[in-house]
Amino acid sequence: MPDSTTSRVSLTLCSSLESVDTVGKTAQDFAERAGFDSCTIPNIVMAVREAAINAVLHGNAYSPSKNITASFETSSDSLTIRIRDKGPGLDPSSLPDPLAPQNLLRGSGRGIFLIRAFMDEVHFRQLHPGTELTLIKHRAPAQPAA
Amino acid sequence: MSMKVAIRQVDGITILDLSGRITLGEGSITLRDSVHEVLDKGSKKILLNLAQISYIDSSGIGELVSAFTSVKNAGGELKLLNLTQKVHDLLQITKLYTVFDIWDNETSAISAFN
Repeated sequence: MPDSTTSRVSLTLCSSLESVDTVGKTAQDFAERAGFDSCTIPNIVMAVREAAINAVLHGNAYSPSKNITASFETSSDSLTIRIRDKGPGLDPSSLPDPLAPQNLLRGSGRGIFLIRAFMDEVHFRQLHPGTELTLIKHRAPAQPAA
Repeated sequence: MSMKVAIRQVDGITILDLSGRITLGEGSITLRDSVHEVLDKGSKKILLNLAQISYIDSSGIGELVSAFTSVKNAGGELKLLNLTQKVHDLLQITKLYTVFDIWDNETSAISAFN
């Protein structure tokens, strides 16, 4: 069992909603062991679940022949989650702003916005084929002993 | 835990007591089907009670927006009741707090329909 300071796990999962649950539970486990507070942990889990949903739904379109991979890494200063799909690729600059008045009543299009709202860093990488989303949450610096 | 819906009538208002998770898949579909069901039965004043909603994702938020739009397009009115702090925060950061008519007291919410 990895210690609470550094650890790494990588999962390869089918493109299903059950996989989204697995990724979310793993994110919860890592966020708790990394020492994030009770307000931050649900936000991290939500961001990671949204990234997994994007991979399963918009990336792989539930294809049984395409897996997603999710890796979780805790270092001394951050928690990093990478979600990969094998879809056609995602251009984040093409996404409409969900806060724009003309988009407020859209029934979708808020996932990436929520990911960005809850994580400290979000990076997109095109894999040809597929997309890798990297989500980073910085850990609070350790307090010096009194 | 998936989402459950209990439907009741109070003073001509259709109240949907939702519990569980409104997420992509079953939860969102259940919400959509429930709203369409009461609309099809002629209800035009609909109050969604979210007090027992433990989790909502972007798909669930989108479903709330779609329900709001469906009811409005049918000539009705949809309000939200008893948001949890988490749902409240999500509606704030997505700027939907200003779109929905939101109440934390059922009697007041019912009165607001008339």
